[in-house]
Amino acid sequence: MPTITYTDATGTAHAVEAGVGDSVMETAVRNGVPGIVAECGGSLSCATCHVFVDPADYAALPPMEEMEDEMLWGAAVDRRDTSRLCCQIKVTEGMDLHVTTPETQV
Amino acid sequence: MSTDPEGSAGLLIIGSSQAGVQLAVSLRALGYEPPITLLGDENHRPYQRPALSKEFLQGAITKESLIYRTQEYWDEHRIRVVRNERIIRIDKRADGGGVAHSLSGAEIPFDRLALTVGARARRLLVEGVDLPGVLYLRNADDALELKARVPMVKDVVVIGGGFIGIEAAASLNKMGRTVTLLEAGPRLVGRAVGAETSAYLLDHHRQHGIDVVLDAQVRRITGSGDRVSGVELADGRLIRADLVLIGVGVIPNTELAESIGLACDNGIRVDEHAVASDGVTVAVGDVANLPNPVPGAPTQDRMRFESVNNAVEQAKVAAYAITGRPEEYAGVPWFWSNQADLKLQIAGLSAGHDRTVVRGDPAKGRHAVLYYRGDAIIAADCVNAPLDFMAVKAAIASGASIPPDEAADPAVPLKSISRKPS
Repeated sequence: MPTITYTDATGTAHAVEAGVGDSVMETAVRNGVPGIVAECGGSLSCATCHVFVDPADYAALPPMEEMEDEMLWGAAVDRRDTSRLCCQIKVTEGMDLHVTTPETQV
Repeated sequence: MSTDPEGSAGLLIIGSSQAGVQLAVSLRALGYEPPITLLGDENHRPYQRPALSKEFLQGAITKESLIYRTQEYWDEHRIRVVRNERIIRIDKRADGGGVAHSLSGAEIPFDRLALTVGARARRLLVEGVDLPGVLYLRNADDALELKARVPMVKDVVVIGGGFIGIEAAASLNKMGRTVTLLEAGPRLVGRAVGAETSAYLLDHHRQHGIDVVLDAQVRRITGSGDRVSGVELADGRLIRADLVLIGVGVIPNTELAESIGLACDNGIRVDEHAVASDGVTVAVGDVANLPNPVPGAPTQDRMRFESVNNAVEQAKVAAYAITGRPEEYAGVPWFWSNQADLKLQIAGLSAGHDRTVVRGDPAKGRHAVLYYRGDAIIAADCVNAPLDFMAVKAAIASGASIPPDEAADPAVPLKSISRKPS
């Protein structure tokens, strides 16, 4: 089972078993992980599912498309080199991904 | 469902869509301890609707991915989710508690009530609307039926050029159907976007093969035998159709609220804390008529929003009211509408603008229309321009100004010319 570990801004970690094909955002929201708002339901319209990907995991992810890149500039907490909108990250077989959620999404 | 043996439903939230779900979730996040019952009249787990006209219809996502929360989440947070129960009568006491009666005969005692009952599709009153193959799109069952019929049809007529109609038309066109979109008014999405954006959408969808007819007066829907066969317009034109989809707006479900004496006027009237006229019941989402939340709006200004953003933000405000820490609802309304490959994002309310600035070249598929009242930016319609959308939303929220003359140059990032009030 793929696992996503979400660590919030205070350092509390939630490890969640994820389904292949779901997005990292859906996995968080469905399980009530705090720190992911996802107001637009994953249609890349709101930038409220911003996460910082663990540097060790970042390079292995498929690169982001232009729209995600643009939306990230509008995230509530300034983007970093490892920022992604996690509605655009699909869970893959055997994934063991670690992300940190920013202090606020709005 | 039988009467709850454990006693009261606690807070009874009637309506388990975006507003109801957010209210329940926010209450638990705020540490609210009493029982919460989240009741809906559909036989589905609480699910999100925006994708029904877009990704779900196109088969890009499954029903499962629309589900808001796992059952484990509801259990862990002690939120009792009740499906397939329609409340038809409420006996309410002056203290806000009472008993709700469902169509199936269940009696549900509650301590406090939240009405997140939404709105229903406005029915078109013309001959032929009851023919098989004439559909509406408001909920999952509607979407499932539409989806099931699409493979068997070639010609589709969509009646109504608002967001639902235009999104569904774009989806069906993308799915290879021949689509005609009929709008009774002089422009598309006239209620929500400015004239420039309406004109852009018209050109865009026509170029992509949708036959858009404006000022279209539907005389009747025709049928042969027991199937729909076309739509006849007042000017005598007959458009062939194997399927007709109607999206001509919604009517807020105020009947329950009216029956318990709550003030209603284009929705359930609530104050800035989402509290209705009895001082205790809350109403949130598409059904609520609320004071304009835009910072600096005239105090008497009231409106009803049909948007995810409003359902979410107003639900949070209602949660604060219920937990006794009132927070006034203030924020910048925003909307999004994905129409096939076009991403429209709207920040603010453009009504009452006296100046527009177009940023970028609409012909290049990326532009924004900025709306000003005097020198103040009040809204923007952004097409494939998320950066502009974010910048305008942030500026309106903080009361910042974006000089219109500088904003016209698309090479200048709006964020760089936003000036906070000193």
